[in-house]
Amino acid sequence: MIFADVPPGLAPAREQMALSLGWHIVIACFGVAFPAMIWVVHRHGIRNDDPVALGLAKRWSKVAAVLFALGAVSGTVLSFEMGLMWPGLMGRFGDVLGLPFAVEGLAFFVEAIFLGIYLFGWGRLPARTHLRSLLPVAAAGVVGAYSVVAVNAWMNNPTGFTLDSAGNVTNVRPMRVLFNRMAVLQFAHMWVGAFMLVGFVVASVYAVGIRRGRSDTHHRLGFIVPFAFASVAAIAQPFIGHVTGSRLAKDQPSKLAAIELAPTSRANAPLLIGGVLVDGNVRFGIDIPRLGSVVATNSLHGTVPGIDGDAPADRPNANVVHLAFQTMVGLGTALAAFGMSFLVRWRRDRDLFGRWAMRGAVAAGPAAVVALEAGWITSEVGRQPWIVFRILRVRDAASTASGLWWSFAAMTIVYGAMTFFGIQVLRSMARRWREGSSIDLPTPYGPRDPQRSDNVTARVKVKP
Amino acid sequence: MTLATFVAAVLFAGVLAYAIFGGADFGTGFWDLVAGNNERGGPQRTLIDQSLGPVWEANHVWLVFVLVFLWTGFPRAFAAISTTLVLPLAGAALGIVARGSGFALRKFSETLPTARFFGAMFALSSIVTPFFFGTVVGAIASGRVDADGTSDRWTSWTGPVSILGGVLAVLTCAYLAGVFLAADAQRTEQLALAEHLRRRVSVVGIVTGAVVLGGAIVLRSGASGIYQRLSGRGVVFVVLSGAAGVMSLGLLVRRRYRLARIATTLAAGSVVAGWGFAQYPYVLFGQVTIDNAAGARSVLIGLTVVAVLLLVIVIPSLAWLFRLVNQHEGPRSPVVLGGAQKVDDG
Repeated sequence: MIFADVPPGLAPAREQMALSLGWHIVIACFGVAFPAMIWVVHRHGIRNDDPVALGLAKRWSKVAAVLFALGAVSGTVLSFEMGLMWPGLMGRFGDVLGLPFAVEGLAFFVEAIFLGIYLFGWGRLPARTHLRSLLPVAAAGVVGAYSVVAVNAWMNNPTGFTLDSAGNVTNVRPMRVLFNRMAVLQFAHMWVGAFMLVGFVVASVYAVGIRRGRSDTHHRLGFIVPFAFASVAAIAQPFIGHVTGSRLAKDQPSKLAAIELAPTSRANAPLLIGGVLVDGNVRFGIDIPRLGSVVATNSLHGTVPGIDGDAPADRPNANVVHLAFQTMVGLGTALAAFGMSFLVRWRRDRDLFGRWAMRGAVAAGPAAVVALEAGWITSEVGRQPWIVFRILRVRDAASTASGLWWSFAAMTIVYGAMTFFGIQVLRSMARRWREGSSIDLPTPYGPRDPQRSDNVTARVKVKP
Repeated sequence: MTLATFVAAVLFAGVLAYAIFGGADFGTGFWDLVAGNNERGGPQRTLIDQSLGPVWEANHVWLVFVLVFLWTGFPRAFAAISTTLVLPLAGAALGIVARGSGFALRKFSETLPTARFFGAMFALSSIVTPFFFGTVVGAIASGRVDADGTSDRWTSWTGPVSILGGVLAVLTCAYLAGVFLAADAQRTEQLALAEHLRRRVSVVGIVTGAVVLGGAIVLRSGASGIYQRLSGRGVVFVVLSGAAGVMSLGLLVRRRYRLARIATTLAAGSVVAGWGFAQYPYVLFGQVTIDNAAGARSVLIGLTVVAVLLLVIVIPSLAWLFRLVNQHEGPRSPVVLGGAQKVDDG
């Protein structure tokens, strides 16, 4: 849709935000969920004096060092982008939505500090203190994720302020924003989603190794711990998702209508599987009678809102939202079923590393990433055209700068490079670990041992 | 003191912390760049890698803290800054990405060419980023950021004061980092490396001092408001910075690196604090005052609570991190950047 009064920054700002947030959301999940998994393996290693578990925890902490660094920089970029892309949001609502971000800043601090301590602590801190230094990292992941999601929930359900007749923001109540009623549910959905993503992705790495014949204790442990986390999360997720979604009928009917791809509002609504909206009519879909009402309202007869409930200019792109939602639910259900079968086999002491189980596990990693991105697209595109639901439009918040396409182009290259090189380096670390060689270069930047080769640094003892 | 002034003071404390911790952090990029070829530069780059490794992420959270306090406490000023100064800020954002990922990826590079590539990315962006931040400060200090954000997107940050700010930021970072690295080299008993750094750092220190002095002329014509304040009561900061700067050079020459760190920090901190003093009570100099730009009172109270939590939770943790890194393998020393250790493999 092209409006005559659209600021030139709208399209590039939106694309850049989508790129950088869509990238960060995946990497940030590692900050939320990975410390807990490292903690379990590390603790197991200390308690049982198990060198395999300790070695695994140590490798994971090095992987975390790389991933957290990428998460930290991409997260910092986002805080710049809030202002650079959306001055119309920040100028007007910066104080309203600021407190959760300030809390997130605290969490970020704690995470960075204790991650530094944990990484530095290998072989330097007493075992128990070292292990314990991981707990603040995990806690900060939870608090940080909650705060950020609270802002997103606030954008979906703006609260904690009053608009006067001139449209000025008055009577700001920041605690209402920090603890808005959607925040806890949306956070739970995101938090559990993070465990699914990280668990399935990490497990899929080890599943690849097992499929290639490296079925040793190291790989089995590296598979089981994250996969168990992910399985529990995957089973819980549909329930949390359902509760979260059932608020939509009242809070964001336009989003729900797009999710259900319902052209008009109706009671006893069917659930549509597949389908696209062409000229206002649904084509190529399969209806399951009544289930739409059940899913959306917990009642056989409930009324599901329709797309026509909003003026054309106030509707999200229903096809995108519908497709994204169905992708999320489809993959999420498959992952839940897979996780359930894993847990059942585990309880019954069956073989967990069968050929088909490992094939499925390899696919589960990418599937979890796609499911998470699809869920995020559902939520974000479903809120359009609003940045603050029914208060502020995205185009009224966007930057008026004309050069943002350049910024977007640069960001695309940088994020592409970060992805490529990040994966490249992690893969090369794995290869070197497999070959048993040290992953640190002999001397990081010189070909020879510094003690022999350099003429600058003679290692001389200080005279007392 | 109004609540808004208090929040502004906290915000400015964050700016100060970022200038010192983040500055010393950025400055290592300069020393990485000029370390020499693979073989000669190896020890210096290794020292940088080990000094920075455990602390760089924490050092950069100060920036997030500053940004969040700015948009929460003073949303309209934030919108004006980010609209007007979109170019240098976008440049800084890109620089931060390139720097952080370059640093993290270099450490685990498999081959020397890859390590060099990431190293160059880290080093160059470490210089570009503070330059952009310096231009932002210059733009604000010279009153080139209008309250409604309609100032020109190029001339607002390309004036003489901005360029001075950019150059000064790069030099100050390099000087801070050089002194810290020399201290780390001494502590880990790499005396030849410390010596090698000492000579070069002194040169950077003298150049930095000269630019600060020459900067007075630029300020006088480009930011007369700031100049007047600094030649009035603000002269305290000028004198303090000059004295500490001279002292740090003297200590450096006498190889008292640990004391030199304190003097250098004081010198750099006084420059930044002097800017803050001269700028008071404006958020955007000559345009918007702290009280005019302040957000809702309830939110300012919230920020005060966050500041207290920061003091109670973050500062002690940060102190533990720095102490841990600094105490290990070597004599005790009370400061900042981290220490050089043997990195164990595995």
